[in-house]
Amino acid sequence: MEGNHFQRQAAYTRKTLFDQGYLDEQFIQLEDLQDDANPNFVEEVVKLFYTDSARLIRNIDLALADNSSHFDFEKLDDIMHQFKGSSSSIGANKIKKECTQFQEYCNAGNLEGCIRTFQQVKQEHATLKRKLESYFQLTRQDR
Amino acid sequence: MNLGGSQAVKSMSVTSSSVSRKSGDGVSDQFPVGLRVLVVDDDPTCLRILEKMLKNCLYEVTKCNRAELALNYLRENKNGYDIVISDVHMPDMDGFKLLEHVGLEMDLPVIMMSADDSKKVVMKGITHGAVDYLIKPVRIEALKNIWQHVVRKKKDEYKGKDYEQTGSVEDGEQHQKPPEDSEYSSSANEGSWKNPKKRKDEEDEAEERDDTSTLKKPRVVWSVELHQQFVTAVNHLGLDKAVPKKILELMNVPGLTRENVASHLQKYRLYLRRLSGVSQHQSGLNNAFMGPTDATFGPISSLNGLDIQALAASGQLPPQSLATIQAAALGRANKSPVPVPLVDQRNLFSFENPKLRFGEDSQQLNNNSKQINLLHGIPTNMEPKQLATLRQSAQSFGNLNMQLHSQPSQSGSILTQMSQPQSRTPILNEINCSHVSTLPSSLGQPILSQALPSSVLPRNGIENVRGGTYGSVSQPSSAIDFSVNPGTEFPGNSFPLMSNSGIPILTSKGMIQEEVNSEMKVPRGFLPNYDTFDELNQNRSQDWGMQNVGSTFDVSQHSNLQGSLGVSPSILVQQGFSSNHKSEQSRNASVSKAAFSVGDGRIGNSSSPGQQVNSSTADISQRIKAERLPNMGFQNTFFPEQFGQDDLMSALLKQQEGTGAVESEFGFDGYQLDNLPV
Repeated sequence: MEGNHFQRQAAYTRKTLFDQGYLDEQFIQLEDLQDDANPNFVEEVVKLFYTDSARLIRNIDLALADNSSHFDFEKLDDIMHQFKGSSSSIGANKIKKECTQFQEYCNAGNLEGCIRTFQQVKQEHATLKRKLESYFQLTRQDR
Repeated sequence: MNLGGSQAVKSMSVTSSSVSRKSGDGVSDQFPVGLRVLVVDDDPTCLRILEKMLKNCLYEVTKCNRAELALNYLRENKNGYDIVISDVHMPDMDGFKLLEHVGLEMDLPVIMMSADDSKKVVMKGITHGAVDYLIKPVRIEALKNIWQHVVRKKKDEYKGKDYEQTGSVEDGEQHQKPPEDSEYSSSANEGSWKNPKKRKDEEDEAEERDDTSTLKKPRVVWSVELHQQFVTAVNHLGLDKAVPKKILELMNVPGLTRENVASHLQKYRLYLRRLSGVSQHQSGLNNAFMGPTDATFGPISSLNGLDIQALAASGQLPPQSLATIQAAALGRANKSPVPVPLVDQRNLFSFENPKLRFGEDSQQLNNNSKQINLLHGIPTNMEPKQLATLRQSAQSFGNLNMQLHSQPSQSGSILTQMSQPQSRTPILNEINCSHVSTLPSSLGQPILSQALPSSVLPRNGIENVRGGTYGSVSQPSSAIDFSVNPGTEFPGNSFPLMSNSGIPILTSKGMIQEEVNSEMKVPRGFLPNYDTFDELNQNRSQDWGMQNVGSTFDVSQHSNLQGSLGVSPSILVQQGFSSNHKSEQSRNASVSKAAFSVGDGRIGNSSSPGQQVNSSTADISQRIKAERLPNMGFQNTFFPEQFGQDDLMSALLKQQEGTGAVESEFGFDGYQLDNLPV
């Protein structure tokens, strides 16, 4: 019974994440990969993402803080490209969208826009982390 | 226990999750289970996901987060992987660079991945040779089918494309046996679908030439007819608009893949460029070809340079190299008639070789190689059977060669003759030509010079072959090549390639217009040479003619440039052949071997072969002898490479003594050595 409760909760939370656009189809791909041999695969991958993405976020922040006369948008775009690829691989839909926006500003050479958008990126990044953590907790309860 | 058992059987990476591999039994049923994938991505998240997905597909996965590391894995375990999947953006090395390396060194199919889906990047992947491009995030469905690229590549390698040639067909069929059965059991078949390089190393394989076909033929054989079809399609579409897909559709040849057409087109383009460039001005050509290995060729004489460049540009012993070589050879007619032919062959085959060779005694090599290349190059493409045919024809040519020396003017006739053979298998001619052209690059000049002296040969040879219509010396280059071939019986004619290609090229270029015309005819002749490498061997003179055709084709180009080469090209070719002839089998064998071995390893990658080729002639000859060059399967790959022409030549010469056997070894061996009417 408890299990059921958590199961339901987990299912509900999951559904919400999809409905609200936090996650997309790619997340399902991850879930499909999970099996008995790798029962926590999805959580494992998400953890991996958050560890690695922290590094990338730091790099982008540093790049954005660059005060030199010639701002290197290319480098910025490059790091963001990596970050975006990583985010999309776990199905982080909203983060991905913000990344795309960021890249648009970057291509336009709009540093202001980049900085603003990056704030959004970081916010989404943090929000998703929170939500997924509680989601995984629910799924773990289940087992 | 079962592990032990299976291990005993397979001894392959036990780690793989694919069971089938290990046991080697029922591998085919389980294919693509056990496909050995190397996935490279600097993003740990993606890497982990991909690894899991691939494992779920029951593939054997090795993951790697750095390109350099990946290359190490690949190099250490040459046959340890079937396919590579790599990300485009990586910090330590650009994904495309890795792609190039893998393609050149290991000749494995590589799939690129990226979150970047812009057309530009995707196109870059295609042009760099990626077999596929996946957009991230990658879905498992996309990975489920990657095995197709492995099979396709194997199929292309093994299956001979020479539809009309029975020999080649057989071989092709045999090879066709797809790797499915064998491959996964790496231990089992070594060779079957393992890299061509492996083949190269296995000398014995060459001996199996006859039966082999299963493993040996790594490349599709562009028979004269096939080539002709190709050219027709290209002309129909217009060279600018000719894209592999459309060409493939127009050609409508079953079993031919877009990749085959693409690589052939690339070579063809280089060849054309080379021809036009040659006529314009040698230096121009060099620039024109500017391939990645531009620098390598730089020092070489323009002709040579051109050739080499062509070779280089082709990146993989494309026919272009042949053309280059041919051209070079043609241009070089002045050089001594050295038995270059052998060398040429090597060059032809070993794309890399020419480059390397160049650096070495370019003159010598060039001369030798040019000639040889011309000849050799052609045969390589052809399947062993073809070689035999060529050989025979070569024999007849051989006679010519001998005579040629005395009569430079002959070249013209050769050309004429060549034109005749055209009908043979235009495709072959083209191919041959292209190959030949590649040869010239290395030989380039020497060949030409040599060719001149050998004009006599062509004549004789051609006459034998055809009737000796050398009359038209002026056009020798094109004509010669072709004419020579036609005369001989090139059954398989792969040579015609040269002529074919030559012709179209010429026409388009306008430079060698005349030649083109004559060549047009010739190509046919050439093709046969190629294909009938074997035959050539037998007919020395014939082969020679064939080869010359191809080579002359290029040579003529050069000659045109040179101005009075006309004769020379043919001569060169002939010379090459003749010399080859002399050494014949031994030489041919060695040459072909060299070519093949070089080509083998690389077929298409030519990077390493070249180096190998450089090895002393002795090595080459030995190698050649030992390896019978498995069915000239190398076809395209080999041509570009120029084996140390000098080396080859000497090796060939040494082997002259009655190495009939050699010929047989190589499949085209007949072609190389025998064909050259010494």
